[in-house]
Amino acid sequence: MTQARDEIKIGGLGASRRRVEDNRFVRGKGRYVDDIVLPDMLHMEILRSPLAHARITSIDVSKAWQVPGVRLVLTGEMMASRNLAWMPTLSYDTQAVLATDKVRFQGQEVACVIADDPYIAKDACEAIVVEYEPLPVIVNPAQALAEDAPLIRDDKENQPDNVVFDWEVGDKEGTDRAFAQADVVSTLELHYPRSHPSPLECCGSIADFDRSTSKLTVYMTTQAPHIIRAAVALVAELPEHMIRIVSPDLGGGFGNKVPVYPGYVASILASILLERPVKWIEDKTGNLISTGFGRDIYLRGEMALRNDGKILGVRMQTESDHGAFFSDAQPSKFKIGLLHSAFACYDIPAAHLVNRGVYTNKAPGGVAYRCSFRVTEAMYFQERMMQAAADDLGMDQAEFRRRNFVRDHDFPHRTPFGFLTDSGQYGKCLDVGLEAIGYQGFLKQKEEAKQRGRLLGIGISTMTEPLGAGNSREYDILGIKMFDSAELRVHMTGKAILRTGAKSQGQGHETTWAQIVAHELGIPAEDITVEEGDTDTAPFGMGTYASRSTPVAGAAVSMVARKIRAKARKLAAHLLEVSEEDIEWELGRFYVRSAPGQGVTIQECAAAAYSNMPDGMEPGLENVAYYDPPNLTWPFACYIVTVEVDPQTGVWDVLRVVAVDDCGVRINPMIVEGQIMGGLTEAYAMASMQFITFDAQGNCVGSNYMDYLLPTAWETPGYELHEVVTPSPHHPIGAKGVGECATVGGPAAFVNAVMDAIRDTGVRNIDMPLLPDRVYEALTQRHDVSGAPPVRTDD
Amino acid sequence: MTGLYEEIREQPAGDVPVRRVTITVNGAKRTADVEPRLLLAHLLRQGFKLTGTHTGCDTTNCGACTVLFDGRPIKSCTMLAVQADGHEVTTVEGLAGTSELHPIQEGFKDEHGLQCGFCTPGMMLAAKALLDSNPDPSEDEVRWALSGNLCRCTGYQNIVKSVLWAAKKLQSQSTS
Amino acid sequence: MYPSRFRYESPRSINEAIALLQEGGGEAKVLAGGQSLVPLLKLRFAAPELLVDINGLPGLDHHTVDPDGTIRIGALCRHADLERWAVLPARQPTMAAAAPLVADPIVRNRGTLVGSLCHADPQGDWASVVTALGGHVVAQGANGRRSIPVTQFVTGPFQNTLGYDEIAVEAVIPAPKGQAAGGYLKLERRVGDFATAGVAVAVELSGAVVTRAGIALTGVGGSTIDAGDAAQSLAGGQLTGDSIDNAADLAARAAQPRTDHRGSAEYKRQIVRTFVVRILTGVKESTERAA
Repeated sequence: MTQARDEIKIGGLGASRRRVEDNRFVRGKGRYVDDIVLPDMLHMEILRSPLAHARITSIDVSKAWQVPGVRLVLTGEMMASRNLAWMPTLSYDTQAVLATDKVRFQGQEVACVIADDPYIAKDACEAIVVEYEPLPVIVNPAQALAEDAPLIRDDKENQPDNVVFDWEVGDKEGTDRAFAQADVVSTLELHYPRSHPSPLECCGSIADFDRSTSKLTVYMTTQAPHIIRAAVALVAELPEHMIRIVSPDLGGGFGNKVPVYPGYVASILASILLERPVKWIEDKTGNLISTGFGRDIYLRGEMALRNDGKILGVRMQTESDHGAFFSDAQPSKFKIGLLHSAFACYDIPAAHLVNRGVYTNKAPGGVAYRCSFRVTEAMYFQERMMQAAADDLGMDQAEFRRRNFVRDHDFPHRTPFGFLTDSGQYGKCLDVGLEAIGYQGFLKQKEEAKQRGRLLGIGISTMTEPLGAGNSREYDILGIKMFDSAELRVHMTGKAILRTGAKSQGQGHETTWAQIVAHELGIPAEDITVEEGDTDTAPFGMGTYASRSTPVAGAAVSMVARKIRAKARKLAAHLLEVSEEDIEWELGRFYVRSAPGQGVTIQECAAAAYSNMPDGMEPGLENVAYYDPPNLTWPFACYIVTVEVDPQTGVWDVLRVVAVDDCGVRINPMIVEGQIMGGLTEAYAMASMQFITFDAQGNCVGSNYMDYLLPTAWETPGYELHEVVTPSPHHPIGAKGVGECATVGGPAAFVNAVMDAIRDTGVRNIDMPLLPDRVYEALTQRHDVSGAPPVRTDD
Repeated sequence: MTGLYEEIREQPAGDVPVRRVTITVNGAKRTADVEPRLLLAHLLRQGFKLTGTHTGCDTTNCGACTVLFDGRPIKSCTMLAVQADGHEVTTVEGLAGTSELHPIQEGFKDEHGLQCGFCTPGMMLAAKALLDSNPDPSEDEVRWALSGNLCRCTGYQNIVKSVLWAAKKLQSQSTS
Repeated sequence: MYPSRFRYESPRSINEAIALLQEGGGEAKVLAGGQSLVPLLKLRFAAPELLVDINGLPGLDHHTVDPDGTIRIGALCRHADLERWAVLPARQPTMAAAAPLVADPIVRNRGTLVGSLCHADPQGDWASVVTALGGHVVAQGANGRRSIPVTQFVTGPFQNTLGYDEIAVEAVIPAPKGQAAGGYLKLERRVGDFATAGVAVAVELSGAVVTRAGIALTGVGGSTIDAGDAAQSLAGGQLTGDSIDNAADLAARAAQPRTDHRGSAEYKRQIVRTFVVRILTGVKESTERAA
């Protein structure tokens, strides 16, 4: 029997093992923050600013205190008296917890009420009277950079304007030389609209300060509990060992649950003041208008091309809208995140990128919405640019990509902006995709349809992206390096418990981490419990976002299991009465090389670790591993979409979606495919309907699910999935990140398909979302449709 | 009422009038005194400790709170608890017995029809209502029936497969 | 997410309900399906002092056809009841086309047609359908019942002409004179979205001749729009490519859309035009097939 077949049986690598966590979820026995009820618990509600920019002239909370059942009313002034009105952000800026001087975006936290139940807390919030003096509102970079623009951050010293930062990367001179040699220069200008990760479950916390032990326990919706503990220790100046953060089941995260939000801080202070547990559960509007958004960036670029299709260089000029506080939740040392991962899969000699970040009167806190920070914008621009350039050259869009791909034998490859990609088979993925969609056949079908007045289109997006922050040289959060961890304890009977510093939000860690252990040790996956999210028990880790769990925590799981195996080998030698050198390993068993029939199982070794260890050996069989990845992993994907556009309405229907993903070795193929389909759906959503925009007064349009549209089962297309496997050369089991690939690479495929369908109009770009009216406008007016859709101005 | 003793609690804040309701929840009669403004979802979750019914939005869009009300799926965040007086409610906790899974639950597990699990109870109850009235639905009929429930994780394809899996299982059970 | 306090009554008879509304003196709201009202309560956009829940009233959940073909929809008849009503597609295709497009499948189990008319949301589907069909609403008050044509019932955004102590107990769709045909089309970005634009077309045919037509528009004005001129242009003639185009243009002209994040005013007019053409062309083609 081969090892691989054994391995599937015990739920090891490559097994589409059914998920352990589902046993509770399908029974409704998941335990989300809002499901937790503590004795004597109180409830907190937040009063938010209705205005986007205004000076607070007075706050009268007296009527709120009079509402029966109210226990505490918190204002910025009270927070300030405890030095908690402002908190540091993950990007070295400050953010208001409760406003003291001004409100700087609609939905900003102004006051909190803590009461016996949330209905009463809400009643009391309505009884608070706040007087505002409205100020001019800034909702985009152009306004922010205008000469007479009002200053948003007048709270900061040395902040003369609304510029957050200027940043550049790449080789300016080399790029200028490339453009001087170009036969053709293609240009493109895009807006990637503001979007929101919008997990179904909103944010929330239960802070429980116990005066008798001085211990603070916080149950909260966080993707990164250990970082939160560190942050709470720093902000609240509590001793770190007296803080316990528990992240229970999370109803999705997608990046939204990485930052520290004012609600968490306020609930903690309230619990300390009241010495009772305080629960805060955000409503959907609060989540959509005040918490970490994604994107909101203006991208302009040009590409220097040779007539034969070779790309010589790329320039990008970008402006990013960070909202009222620079609280991007991203761990890189690069100000604009990984935007410069653009064009990483193409062999381009020179590139240069500049970015200016600005403050506006919009919600703060860009998050890596199902992507490594800014990678989605990078890949969207890249793949829209590739299509535009192919058009300008009159070249087939697939062939143009193929001609510029980094070739299979050129790894590791230094990208034009300095990343080092690890591996890939780009051409093969493209071929698999083209074959699956029937590329040539579709082109013919499209031409025939055109004769009958029907508009068909095909869009391709190919991309690689850096996943698995980080390496500790370039990635940290508040100085904490981006490693991750795993602790494995094998019990006497050969069963085990594994804990990691990551935190699943639906990715299925309880299932897949056990599979890695099964692969490394031969202990059946069903014999391994996986625990995450409790900082009192799990080893310190950086959490789950940016598709980093498998590349980093997953690697730590492998490494800790190998440490266990090393000790088990010594135990096996002892039990078999041979020297360690004479022992061989096969899945789950050590045996004597010269007599393969003589062996001991890993379970027997575990028993020996507690009952029969050799003299001088420390008892027990447990260990911990901290993994600092040598590089990011670089998965590759090719997404191909076909659409039909209705010329009379601009409505477009997706005909087919083909996805070819190469994420290296797949731990659990079923779960990987689930991640890809979920990612494709968010890509479809962003391309078609999901966006947040603001009117001139800074009112958020998209503040609830009536306006912020998420697709249902009815609109969402079906998916056809294919795979190519190029193992990561530096990951212990050859795996790469995958959770976000489809969200990152998908949008361009949908948009390229629609643009292809209306190619004859000569229109170069419609900005997302491709709402039917925008497509119709492009079709009939034959001009680009740029920027966010207009909002009502006559109200 | 079922314990050995019950503390006589202080009057609700502000002497608020309450109404006594009796609702058959998952087959058992449950009685509670509720403020008229209390939403059914909150009574189920906080009052009856049936936290499998989730609340995901404020605007009757997401369907995470879907329960069966006299056999029909409704959004329990959009009904007052007082309105359920005298009616039957089935929540996810009532889908199956304690040890065995309902075929719909099995289907969701087998076809990887869930990730974070937050939409799952509502999805399964919407699916149950569909299969009760249409035991052999097409893929489109499943997508249509579930279009009042949002999922952010799965992209729906596996949810559809899960329901079709359950339909097949239920049919084979009824023929055998 | 948490409504304000209100008094709640669940009367057992219509007279008791009306008495409660009188007592409420304009600060009371009737609760039927609740699929618009309860969300408004949760968002605290509505905060009535008294809710009169009519779900316990007997005899209001009907959907029936009189011997002469008149359709009666009781105040507690849910959208889903109409969606599943087997005789509806043949008797009243415009209604049958709209029933599955209202809100989403879960909401349809609770929401009501009559409640939708009362809510008078310019984005509401049923007001357009009932307008196109020339229907009316039966209101009951202390002084008995009165019948209000739906065009006079829905008067503005979220405004109807019910007295504060009246309850809309029934919607009535008059019997078609001849063969009923038509349809309802709505452009929505996803299931449950508010309409970018919606069009209800109802025609009655005697052979190939249109004996009566009604066209009404959803989501393209401050209120449901009765495109009477467009409908009039069809009456008495046969459906031809030209007559259809003409009616579509008149309907587009009747629309009063405004530009918002769902689309420009001009785009919404184009949708109205396109949908009128599509529905009427469908009618024309099936008439020709039948002939």
